[in-house]
Amino acid sequence: MGFDQSYSARKFKSVGTRPLRPDGVDKVTGRARYGADFNMPGQLVGRVLRSPHAHARIRGIDTSKAEALKGVKAVITAADLPDHTEGDSELYNILDNCMARSKAFYDGHAVAAVAAVDAATARKALKLIEVDYEVLPHVTDVDEAMKPGAPQLHESSNMANRSEYGHGDVDAGFNQAEVIVERTYKTEQTHQGYIEPHACVASVNGDGTGDLWVCTQGHFVYRQVCASLLGMDVSKLRVTSSEIGGGFGGKTHVWAEPVALALSRKAGRPVKLVMTRDEVFRASGPTSATSIDVKIGATREGKITAASATLRYTCGPYVGMWAELGAMTAFAPYDLENVKTVGFEVLVNRPKVAAYRAPSAPMAAFAVESAVDELARKIGMDPVEFRIANVASEGTKSSYGPVYGPIGIGPTLEAVRDHPHMKAPLGENQGRGMACGFWFNFGGQTCTDLNIGADGTVTIAVGTVDVGGSRASLSLVAAEELGIPYEQVKAVVADTSTLGYNDMTDGSRGTFSSSMATISAARNAITVMRERAAQMWDIPVGDVVWEEGHAKAKGEKHGNLPPLSVKEIAEKAGNTGGPIAGHSEIVADGAGVSFATHICDIEVDPQTGATRVVRYTVVQDAGKAVHPTYVEGQYQGGAAQGIGWALNEEYIYGKDGRLQNPGFLDYRIPVCSDLPMIDTQILEIPNPNHPYGIRGVGETSIVPPLAAIANAVSNAVGVRMTHIPMSPPRILASLEAEKGA
Amino acid sequence: MSGIAVSTTINGDDVEFLCQAEETLLDVLRDRLGLTGAKEGCGTGDCGACSVIVDGRLVCSCLVLGAEAEGRSIETIEGMADGEKLHPLQEKFLEHAALQCGVCTPGFLMAAKDLLTRNPDPTEEEIRFALAGNLCRCTGYDKIVRAVQDAATVMKGA
Repeated sequence: MGFDQSYSARKFKSVGTRPLRPDGVDKVTGRARYGADFNMPGQLVGRVLRSPHAHARIRGIDTSKAEALKGVKAVITAADLPDHTEGDSELYNILDNCMARSKAFYDGHAVAAVAAVDAATARKALKLIEVDYEVLPHVTDVDEAMKPGAPQLHESSNMANRSEYGHGDVDAGFNQAEVIVERTYKTEQTHQGYIEPHACVASVNGDGTGDLWVCTQGHFVYRQVCASLLGMDVSKLRVTSSEIGGGFGGKTHVWAEPVALALSRKAGRPVKLVMTRDEVFRASGPTSATSIDVKIGATREGKITAASATLRYTCGPYVGMWAELGAMTAFAPYDLENVKTVGFEVLVNRPKVAAYRAPSAPMAAFAVESAVDELARKIGMDPVEFRIANVASEGTKSSYGPVYGPIGIGPTLEAVRDHPHMKAPLGENQGRGMACGFWFNFGGQTCTDLNIGADGTVTIAVGTVDVGGSRASLSLVAAEELGIPYEQVKAVVADTSTLGYNDMTDGSRGTFSSSMATISAARNAITVMRERAAQMWDIPVGDVVWEEGHAKAKGEKHGNLPPLSVKEIAEKAGNTGGPIAGHSEIVADGAGVSFATHICDIEVDPQTGATRVVRYTVVQDAGKAVHPTYVEGQYQGGAAQGIGWALNEEYIYGKDGRLQNPGFLDYRIPVCSDLPMIDTQILEIPNPNHPYGIRGVGETSIVPPLAAIANAVSNAVGVRMTHIPMSPPRILASLEAEKGA
Repeated sequence: MSGIAVSTTINGDDVEFLCQAEETLLDVLRDRLGLTGAKEGCGTGDCGACSVIVDGRLVCSCLVLGAEAEGRSIETIEGMADGEKLHPLQEKFLEHAALQCGVCTPGFLMAAKDLLTRNPDPTEEEIRFALAGNLCRCTGYDKIVRAVQDAATVMKGA
């Protein structure tokens, strides 16, 4: 039976309300169990030895002294992770990143690991491992890495991939332009900065079965990758996702989990492996550093005639799709006749780049939205009106290919134009900026089980990890579809052995796709309950309808039959055919694209270059906000991360290629006293491909802040900012350069 | 292997444990006593996820040695609720959705409790500075500040 996923307008009862989350009490009482909060009997402590060099050939590793230390139960190197990747280069790169095979490609690259009876012994053992390195020349800067003669990571060029998007004729378009802005922008590398370090407990048995408890955004994907790397059968490895202490994309990739499994296999005991914060910074995450050229031309009336961008994104030592995502998203908010973007994926001696909330889009948006703002200024148009004059809408052919359905970029711009924030007076040394952002949103493979208990209460077992309250949202959706109160539904995240495969919680897909699977499962359960009611009443099932949480007999002839509740049907299940459940396995296609527009006011101290966020407003389309408070939370959280990226956060490398600030003291994320309240406005332009109109909401909020803040700072100081983060020294340098010019 | 014998009070209960000299209070709480509510986000006193209150003073338990607990009175997140009855701060954190992933939440609750003990009627700025030693990456702090404001109002009325 096909599942009808099309949107139909309805009056919601549960969806759109703001109940408490089912995992809430555990989280405020300290009872919730995260990655590092789990232990197994006989467990060992795992530790990883990491390269201190940015680029080095590994000539040999002598582990004998470490192995001889009392209390050490296993020492492994790449030799203990034999290559089972069978020519799959993507998988091979994951293997090589987990444990360097012939070369260490960055400061922090894993080269060996130990399992010992306690942490002190494990630390001692690491010091006894002797690695013979041949140090090689390195390169960490994106532009340096592309120059001829730059140190090369692999046998082929550092330019690992080229992608191109667009349509029309940009040369002809620029010829029609009366005003052109052309600039180069740079952004520095940032980390997702989740507060919970990567942590897992791995247990591999002699019979080839295993268990992995881990904080992850996608336990089914971790299972697949880990089993492939270890040469295990996928179904023999059970992965349980712990509560997750933040991920933002950084927990979509495996890091130390295969190492923990290999240690456990060798030691014959469970191994707990928790990264230190230093390791998290040096060897997980981060996002790309970028260098981006943008050129946009327009008529004096304010119509963009052509737009182009060349985007260079670092990917670390292994090719990714980061520049390509930048090239796809760069001009997505606009309706352009002539547009072209080219992305270059650049290999450097930095950690492997991982997804970070709308990966690659914030940097592209920073460059494009800065240029758009400058162009509006040059023409003499209000930056909001200029954007509205060129905005994409339903039917627009997007800059990356597809034709848009109903989208929210126009409405967010109009809401911003009319927002009181835009009219509020500014103080001395303050500037206002605004910018737009886009993210695709993903769907993907999803599976949900809905089980009805004997008392009529309902459990939904979902396979998308809950990173920010999705168990509450999905319970609301199940309650809505079944027509029962929210309190009667409990959502749990099932492990990999008890539910079908699910893609990760990424691409803002968690609530979008699992709600779709939940609706489908609920409809299947309703079909069963209608059949059971028909049986109980001894009437044709065609005469039974489901309304307001009850089976009702329709038609005059059944007029005397009182409606049957879920509970009444469930109580009789043993006599009417057994347990009642609804299952659903779908590919959740049709994720509606997402747009946002942000406004911010920034104050700049011209003496020190210090900045203060005075006011911040987020306007974003949610399709339908299932739990509006949690939607607001996503908007605010993304904005705060964007603020940190724009103003402070960056990876700082020394000349030796070593990361100089691998800790929260020197890599400073925004703290409570750095930020104002963050206002939010939720727009609801229904996604036509979801029964309730839902779109993903998690990622887009990090896309506009870099540009919105750069525009605000530029307006405050009268100098165009082109390098993120706008830390005090960088702002002062820009002011000095302007004075000197 | 011998250890240091420590007698202390945790959430009102007498507790005795043995620990090594280099073990932090956080290690002891989590690994020896099974109190995993305090989290290790950094181990260097920068994130506040391991916040506990020792003799009425808010500390990062990753910066205190286990042996230093001798004779002290320690409050952790596990002792914040009174049985099933949540502390007003816990209730307000839930109501305001002041947590998303929740891993920083125990630390924030301890820091907020410490603030309201010292200052029952804090301004927004006082709240923001009192919580500046606790990192949250999910919320942007907006809903945390509102939850603390609301809890302060409730507690004043109590």
